[in-house]
Amino acid sequence: MVFDQLITFFDEHLIMLYLLLFTIILGFEIIAKVPTVLHTPLMSGANAISGVVIIGGILLVKQAAPDDWFLLAGGSLAIVLGTINVVGGFAVTDRMLEMFKKKQK
Amino acid sequence: MLGAVINLSYLIGALAFVLGLRRLSSPDTARRGNRLAAFGMGLAILATLLTPNAQGNGNIIWILGAIVLGGLIGWRAARKVEMTAMPQLVSIFNGFGGACAVVLAGLELERVASGMQQATTNEMVILLLTLFIGGVAFTGSILAYLKLDGKVWDEKITLPQHSLINGIFLLGLLAFMIFLCWQSASLTVVVLIIFTVLTLIYGLSFVAPIGGADMPVVISLLNSFTGLSAAAAGLIYNNQIMLVGGILVGASGTILTVLMCQAMNRSLMNVLIGGFSASGGGSKASTDGDQTVVEVGLADLAIQLYYCDKVMMVPGYGLAVAQAQKACKELDELLEANQVEVKYAIHPVAGRMPGHMNVLLAEVDIPYSKLLDLEEANAELKDTDVVIVVGANDVVNPSAEDDPGSSIYGMPVLQVWNAKQVIVLKRSMRPGYAGIQNPLFFHEKTKMLFGDAKDSLTKLVGEVKNQ
Repeated sequence: MVFDQLITFFDEHLIMLYLLLFTIILGFEIIAKVPTVLHTPLMSGANAISGVVIIGGILLVKQAAPDDWFLLAGGSLAIVLGTINVVGGFAVTDRMLEMFKKKQK
Repeated sequence: MLGAVINLSYLIGALAFVLGLRRLSSPDTARRGNRLAAFGMGLAILATLLTPNAQGNGNIIWILGAIVLGGLIGWRAARKVEMTAMPQLVSIFNGFGGACAVVLAGLELERVASGMQQATTNEMVILLLTLFIGGVAFTGSILAYLKLDGKVWDEKITLPQHSLINGIFLLGLLAFMIFLCWQSASLTVVVLIIFTVLTLIYGLSFVAPIGGADMPVVISLLNSFTGLSAAAAGLIYNNQIMLVGGILVGASGTILTVLMCQAMNRSLMNVLIGGFSASGGGSKASTDGDQTVVEVGLADLAIQLYYCDKVMMVPGYGLAVAQAQKACKELDELLEANQVEVKYAIHPVAGRMPGHMNVLLAEVDIPYSKLLDLEEANAELKDTDVVIVVGANDVVNPSAEDDPGSSIYGMPVLQVWNAKQVIVLKRSMRPGYAGIQNPLFFHEKTKMLFGDAKDSLTKLVGEVKNQ
């Protein structure tokens, strides 16, 4: 029963699974090359990207009934948290990288 | 038509993440890379906003309000933060990302629990995993933030046998999760709340025994958890860009975790159970007391620096604490003006996050060609006249090479004792975060300069100017 469900799940999400596997390999390939100098910006930049979870929050709030206050408030909280992560993460990475840039002169 | 545009936007957004991260691998292109990734994120968010749905305007006021509020908070924090406080900021941002995943999974599960929505076993697995990984990332990061900010001390929050408790706790939670997946009908709102609270407590307990010099590892690890929770959330919404973004972050966090562990020559498991504090410093007692340290006078040191050929600075966490990077740069400029070669030896785990020292030195415009990694530095230390250790401790500890009883034995360190003279700037004789005595301080080549690193360096700059 559970096994059948699993097989069906794989079948239905085949494209997602391809994407999952290829992205894992791609991710390791790209990031393994980052030099020590840039570890902190890499981390905070990646951290900002992890805020992509905000999209789930937006989808959730969009689908909520206009009078479902609990879902609206909860979903909005998720969006606030996600946006702090995204905006703050990219902004602070940019600030750091600006300093790295200056020194080329 | 609109559907195709939205899907295309997600594709471009995901591509921007990949290319942006790739450009982060060189200082010349890194800034553009980060902006490219930010553009991809903006595009993805815009596409999501435009996604048509059955609920009319789709509560757009709520969404935009939340985005503006979060954006302002994030932007303000990012502009205001001191570079020395970067590890704290990255941790707390990471915590918010995890919290976002927790709230999402929690809301979806609440709909299942209250019978508004059906979930298959697989959906339950994904939802619970998102909640669990996100939850650990959330509270773990908050605790890491508090530790880095000096608000919480490691010793006060670690129980006896903490690693054993954590192990049992984890197994218990996993069993709870399996039970909930298997018997999804048993999920009520109360059970959901209990599971969430336990997960959040586990996050705290997980980070509690890891401290001090192990911080770079745990921050990297928590970063990868947030990525994985975002990827799992992508599976919930069947959304490709969430999956791609999350996995990329998971990969980056994992690689950094592995690199940090390698730099300390320890296994991840050893770090997670708090290896440093657990095993203590083996032969610490024998070196205590019967050895004396030699202090150096500022004027003598200034003369020595002024007339030597090559100086190597070894920055550590103390540099960040004292915010001594500007004073460091002043000394550097003065010496360079007098034909003294100045270089910097950067140990991979110096500081509290990967690459921490590089950011601080970049802030004061020290060119990265002067920054040497572990191998380069060890090669050049042999013909260095004076080494100045600024707030580093465990990464210059000779016990790592010659004392099998020491808990850091086997960790690759900077062999500063190969230089002609070592000057250690230190606040007091207190051992480093690892709590291990450092025989370097008693070494025949070593002289100590006690005091705040910034003060000492500033005074030293004054003395060198007088030469």
